[in-house]
Amino acid sequence: MREVHVDDIISALEGLFIDANINLSDNVFDALEKAIEEEASPVGKEVLRELIKNANIAKEEKIPICQDTGLAVTFIEVGQDVHIYGGGLIDAVNEGVRRAYKKGYLRKSCCDPFSRKNTGDNTPAIIHTKIVPGERVKIVVLPKGGGSENYGEVRMLVPSQGKEGMKSFVLEMVTKGGPNPCPPIIVGVGIGGNFETSALLSKEALMVPLGKRNEDPSIAALELELLEEINRSGIGPQGYGGTLTALDAHVKMMPCHIASFPVAVNIQCHAHRIKEAII
Amino acid sequence: MMEIRRIKTPLEDRVIEELKSGEKVFLSGYIYTARDAAHKRFVDTLNERKTLPFDLEHQVIYYCGPSPSPPGKVIGACGPTTSSRMDLYAPQLISLGLKGMIGKGKRSQSVKDSMKQYKAIYFGATGGAGALLSKSVTSSEIIAYEDLGPEAVVKLGVKNLPLFVINDIYGNDLYEMGMLQYKK
Repeated sequence: MREVHVDDIISALEGLFIDANINLSDNVFDALEKAIEEEASPVGKEVLRELIKNANIAKEEKIPICQDTGLAVTFIEVGQDVHIYGGGLIDAVNEGVRRAYKKGYLRKSCCDPFSRKNTGDNTPAIIHTKIVPGERVKIVVLPKGGGSENYGEVRMLVPSQGKEGMKSFVLEMVTKGGPNPCPPIIVGVGIGGNFETSALLSKEALMVPLGKRNEDPSIAALELELLEEINRSGIGPQGYGGTLTALDAHVKMMPCHIASFPVAVNIQCHAHRIKEAII
Repeated sequence: MMEIRRIKTPLEDRVIEELKSGEKVFLSGYIYTARDAAHKRFVDTLNERKTLPFDLEHQVIYYCGPSPSPPGKVIGACGPTTSSRMDLYAPQLISLGLKGMIGKGKRSQSVKDSMKQYKAIYFGATGGAGALLSKSVTSSEIIAYEDLGPEAVVKLGVKNLPLFVINDIYGNDLYEMGMLQYKK
């Protein structure tokens, strides 16, 4: 049994959310640089050059990549041989978020759904926990902006719609979003499970590094097919027209009920902010 | 590199008449930030026959809610938010003399019709480039609705703010033109 104090979790969260919002990861930066070469439209290339400049300025000036520093989406894997002490885990995550958004001058974008009154400190965070073997705590943060999140959807398709039905749903969502979710986007697709697991799978799909394919060769092929079709849409960087609408498409799949075919689409903007730490 | 036209606020009709969808421009002068909550107050104020916090005549509104300014900086990251949330309010403001809007994403047909009728332009700022855009901001002053936090109305002094013309006054739309050109 390993002992982990909540203070270590609080400071990890604080550091991760500031880092994620200011320093674009190399994986995404490299994908944007490659995109400049691949994009056919001159306006599209110009937009991508602005994005590279933006990432450099954010890093140098220590200001957020995007003013929408998102809801504080946090995934935590807790080893079953870990004992967390000194307070509650959920309270610790929220405290880390509170400190990060204050200290890092990050925008607080969390409000009451009806009155629209801001909660003032960007809590509550969106927290997903999983118990796993081992004695480590893994934390992944994914501050997620509203513009891209608004173009996600869970749809209970009819099983007979099959792969083609799923693909046309994904393309429908990408086209519906058009310029609004800040292309070049990243598309996460969750297939199977039930209503809520398909949504969670689509979010987890966004956490797969750009360029990494699913281990199942048939799903890997499906990801490439989706990416190609999305990039034929013509939407392009910022929706100004072009050949690069998405940087990548990831699919996560699990078995589902014999009567169901749940599919979820979650869209991420090019400011794909993701950082992790292991305690 | 693209050719870049330099323009300034207040936006004059003769400049607006020259702008074409797809052009890149550098905008200098003063602009005003406002998101949905501020727009709702503008319209409520007008309906109560009271005066707005600033004169709309020939001005430009930026759909933006910046991140907080760190010490020693004029502003935090300040990219655009999705414009369609302001579509309900925009035609009334355009009819009262608003000449430019800066945001991201498609506009409704009624906003496009108003732009044509009253000669107003819709500019796109690059979404998710809030750090880059902050470098063009030279001054920042909250002028109304401070209680709205990031949604307060801020008067921004800007120098060479990089923008693209999305909708010009001739009915062209960069989103439609661009997509049509590259769709396979």
